[in-house]
Amino acid sequence: MSAETQPAKFPGLVQETAGGGILSGPLEDVINWARSNSLWPLTFATSCCGIEMMSTAGARYDFSRFGFEVARATPRQADLIIIAGTIVNKMAPVLKRLYDQMADPKYVIAMGACAISGGPFFYNTYSVVKGADHVIPVDVYVAGCPPRPEALLHALITLQEKIKSGGKRERIEIDGSTLK
Amino acid sequence: MVEEIGTTDEGDLIINIGPQHPATHGVLHLVITLNGETVRKVEPHLGYIHRSIEKMCESLSYRQFIYSTSRMDYLSSHINNHCCAMTVEKGLQLEVPERAAVIRILMDELTRIASHVLWWGAMAMDIGAFTPFFHAFREREMINDIMEETCGARLTMNYMVPGGVQFDLHPNFHRRVKAFVKQLRNKLPEYDELVTHNAIFKSRTKGVGILSKEDAISYGCSGPTARASGVDCDIRKTYPYEGYEKLQFEQAMSTDGDTYSRYLVRMVEMRQSLSIIEQLIDNIPEGDFQAKTKAVLKLPKGEFYSRVETARGEFGVYIVSEGGTTPYRIKFRSPGFSNLSALDHTVRGQKIGDLVAIMGSFDLVIPDIDR
Repeated sequence: MSAETQPAKFPGLVQETAGGGILSGPLEDVINWARSNSLWPLTFATSCCGIEMMSTAGARYDFSRFGFEVARATPRQADLIIIAGTIVNKMAPVLKRLYDQMADPKYVIAMGACAISGGPFFYNTYSVVKGADHVIPVDVYVAGCPPRPEALLHALITLQEKIKSGGKRERIEIDGSTLK
Repeated sequence: MVEEIGTTDEGDLIINIGPQHPATHGVLHLVITLNGETVRKVEPHLGYIHRSIEKMCESLSYRQFIYSTSRMDYLSSHINNHCCAMTVEKGLQLEVPERAAVIRILMDELTRIASHVLWWGAMAMDIGAFTPFFHAFREREMINDIMEETCGARLTMNYMVPGGVQFDLHPNFHRRVKAFVKQLRNKLPEYDELVTHNAIFKSRTKGVGILSKEDAISYGCSGPTARASGVDCDIRKTYPYEGYEKLQFEQAMSTDGDTYSRYLVRMVEMRQSLSIIEQLIDNIPEGDFQAKTKAVLKLPKGEFYSRVETARGEFGVYIVSEGGTTPYRIKFRSPGFSNLSALDHTVRGQKIGDLVAIMGSFDLVIPDIDR
């Protein structure tokens, strides 16, 4: 197989040999490709968006088509938090702790207006965190209240693209020290 | 975050469930005292999704505050909106057109079915059966399609407004509802086959978590949770609103008060809701879908209360008005809060494994409890 006919999305070059092929390419690209296709989300839902997340897991939308079907109940086995719902002041330390308990590499999707900015609860409330990115770093934002399952699927694919492209995560710096 | 782990003076083990735990259906935090496998005490900790909705409503107008109630009990969002609209109409002394009333009932019952279908899948999942979840979402998506066509949203519809409903029905509504009723009527026996008559399910739920009639009343339980204990508390029957008195349906009741009867009551309720829809779908009166209202609503000075039956129980809206364009105080009476308060009493003496089954049968929605 020559370089022109190889599958476009697969990183590196495949050289055909008798009985198989030899893959050559930067190891990082291959690792990123593998990672992007097997992201295990944490079953984490605080409010309404959780129902749309369940719809996405259901048979019609079915996010297992993209490698997300293994929803884990413990953060230690998960790669991805989908923040589905409002984060309030009492929940913020819990969210931070969940994020800390996850093993690297870890990714975050902010699903819905509440997780992006507080959304409908931006004004006149005393208890809502105005955006989950005040607590943990977010990779992909999905708009909507709640977003449609298609929108969540698009976000998941966007995250895959982001991982495949090998983009470095932005790190938050506080007082000169870098937080993971 | 409360750090309460260890042993009590009597040697009982204290463990935490939640706030992040799939069985709590949200972010409920339970501190459980265990003697071996037997639950001694369950202490729910709330506030992990307290969004201060009641306070927020004080600065929103009577048209605006309705949208925030969709986000409280998001599985019965239509019914919540309905109650808010009814309270404002009570204050304005506004008559709802006949067509709007019928549309409201239709939407309420579709929402009730959607909620119960989802609960059915989630309850089976709590007990360890994953397949019913996919069956449940097959039917739920059909309701979501109906809602989306007419109301413009799948989950948080904001369709009920003071004076009626926001839009007229979509031309496809009639056809789609008919198709849905036919589909669910065919599939309900399949639901029964999968879960209701399942020997494992029965042995895990029968005789587990018994809530007596007296306790259900004294804890203020409502909805299917109380009706399974023999309390006739269906607001649609006891205090009919919006023309429910003209419809033929039975209160789903049971007297056992255990987890299985709470399950059965909801299964019967789905069939009742289907029959209500069948009675109305061919008899939607012609006319306006919304009464004429002023652009800015002002409620007279006073206090107004109205209540409805959501999928979880009695939901009430209490408005105190000072005569302005925004309410002076709003209080929501949410069914989940009272039902949750009975959890400790119901679970005491049961095994830890049954706790999840009992909680599933209470059908708690946490944002509805915390508000």
